[in-house]
Amino acid sequence: MNTSGLNGVIQQAAALSDKSRLYLNNFKAWVQLDSSHLSDGRQLAVKYFTVAVILFFAQILFGLLAAMQFIFPGFLYEILDFSVNRMIHINAMVVWMLYGFIGCVYWFIEEESGTEIVGLKLGNIAFWVLTGAVTLVVLVYLLVQIGPGKDSSLWFINEGREYIEAPRWADIGIVVVMLIFFYNVVATFSKGKWSGIAGVLTLDLVALAGLYTAGMFYMTNISHDQYWWWWVIHLWVEATWEVLVGVIMAWSLMKLLAVRRKIVETWLYIEVALMFGSGILGLGHHYFWIGTPEYWLTVGGFFSALEPIPLVAMVVHAVYDSGAHAFKNGNHPALAWIIAQAFGNFFGAGVWGFMHTLPQINIFTHGTQWSASHGHLAFFGAYATINIAFFYLAIQQWRGNVWMGGGSQNAWRWKWALGLLNGGVLGMTIALLIAGYEQSFIERAVEGSTWGGYFTAQNHPSFQSAMVWRLLFGGMTLAGFILLVWDLLTIGKGETRKAPEIVEI
Amino acid sequence: MNETPLWASESFWKKTAIWVTAGSFLILVVLTMDSLSKTSAGSKRVPAYNVINKKIDYQLNKELHKSMPVIGENEFLFGKEYTEEEARQLVDLGKKTTQAKNCMNCHTLLGNGAYYAPDLTKAWLDKGWISKETREDMMVKFLMDPENNARTFGSNRKMPNLNITEQEAKAIVAFLKWMSSIDTNGFPSNFKTIEAEE
Repeated sequence: MNTSGLNGVIQQAAALSDKSRLYLNNFKAWVQLDSSHLSDGRQLAVKYFTVAVILFFAQILFGLLAAMQFIFPGFLYEILDFSVNRMIHINAMVVWMLYGFIGCVYWFIEEESGTEIVGLKLGNIAFWVLTGAVTLVVLVYLLVQIGPGKDSSLWFINEGREYIEAPRWADIGIVVVMLIFFYNVVATFSKGKWSGIAGVLTLDLVALAGLYTAGMFYMTNISHDQYWWWWVIHLWVEATWEVLVGVIMAWSLMKLLAVRRKIVETWLYIEVALMFGSGILGLGHHYFWIGTPEYWLTVGGFFSALEPIPLVAMVVHAVYDSGAHAFKNGNHPALAWIIAQAFGNFFGAGVWGFMHTLPQINIFTHGTQWSASHGHLAFFGAYATINIAFFYLAIQQWRGNVWMGGGSQNAWRWKWALGLLNGGVLGMTIALLIAGYEQSFIERAVEGSTWGGYFTAQNHPSFQSAMVWRLLFGGMTLAGFILLVWDLLTIGKGETRKAPEIVEI
Repeated sequence: MNETPLWASESFWKKTAIWVTAGSFLILVVLTMDSLSKTSAGSKRVPAYNVINKKIDYQLNKELHKSMPVIGENEFLFGKEYTEEEARQLVDLGKKTTQAKNCMNCHTLLGNGAYYAPDLTKAWLDKGWISKETREDMMVKFLMDPENNARTFGSNRKMPNLNITEQEAKAIVAFLKWMSSIDTNGFPSNFKTIEAEE
């Protein structure tokens, strides 16, 4: 054995670790964040937020790579194919949003329950286990990518089902981590005090975790496969996630604007009734064309047409409360992102969803860039925005509850980040919408959905230019993201004024 | 303060939320049981796996104003008649391979997936395979070596080589043939199959 070679490697590794420690310390000195301002529970929350931001970057990066491939098909061919980039793009999104939500709940649970998180140590272990697992899954996606047509591929590489591609071992890990999270929520509220928000949150988490198990089975019959697959995807993003966001929104309106609890909780119940009342059977809009019976055309069409109603209610709720409190609040960027959430959710999920949800239209739009257009605005508008609002709430406390107002010297950063991110995503949405319209007409209606028709539509100048615009707006989104991170790291630095006390009116 | 009317009270909406959620979920469970039984392999909507022994077409039903799968007489796949169990195993391997190769992150299946490559719902029936005589052979060759058998329709978008074995390729073809026989309520609309006369 060549020991001198081994020693060299060890020395190099030690030097590298010293160097990275130095960089980390320099970074800490520059960023000047003081964790003693945060409770132990909130320190766990900001861990989740930190990983969420990193995954947000991965989402944008791999989205840009996939967007490039639409324009230059040879780009990274057989190195990082479109399928790999696109998979990481959407998986990073799903996972960063979950990280964000878990972070949000850990952020407010102590205040809401009036006691410390019960299983904090367990929560920390779960965080590291989950983060390790996510890293491993992504590395396997990048380096192994695909496997032979055997069960082992589905268990250890990739399950090949959009959005829930994570291999089966990771599925089980995710369920365990979610159970720990659930335990923490229930045990903490039980030890402290329950509230309307706590009750809705707990029941919603039961549904959220339970639904995930519906996606953990292999089935030969693709109609059955997609039937259960939509139970997970739809009942997550169009039902349980929406209610979770309603919970988070309710708490933040109380926190930011000092809205009365009774008003907030009544609104929350109204939203739950409307959201689940429309969203659960709205699932039917995914059952139009997968082999399932014709009654889904009626059930899905009807209930999904109702799905925008709770989102309108949320806009009314957020805007009315802001107006009623004359926009007096303790954290301007956070409130701006909450307002962006209300509108983004309504337009992205509500309007864009409704536009193509009726089966008479959907038969032409299903499986075109229409869905991508809807997906971009809805996921960003409904979920990215509220997480970003919480990043600002967290950084404010991390700095010791300092003033964060629109008039501050560096406030242009968060305003521009807000503008660039929203503008970038909206631009991509419009570009994809144009591509989707073009596909619906040329590929679907005129050419009858053959492969020839598909490519006729893909090669059409209006589609091609839409893809260029999408990439440009993707770049704008990236610019907004970079500015957002810079702002999050620097906002409130050196600020001595405390945030104003917001009182109930 | 004035008394809150019932319709605006917290307790009224709490109860409403619980009843609406429970009721919707119950209806969903009932519909799910019905849908699963109506879409099990061997049902009217989702044929048994040995449908791969038959000729499959997809034609406009003028009375219903939608296209429907039409199952014809025997038309063996790879010149072999499969029993139901053999057919199930073959389709199973094909389906599993499409998952292991992550097909769904470029293609759509039953319209679901990504939009970088064509929909596979009726891929078996597509005119792109030129003639029925060459179809099986072309599909297998394409799957095993997509780079050298590229069919990009002028887009320059090529499927990458996914190390698909011959056995897996044949299984994928069987899976695609079976999938094309599913009654998808007329999706895709207006599709002209390889069987259709010009």
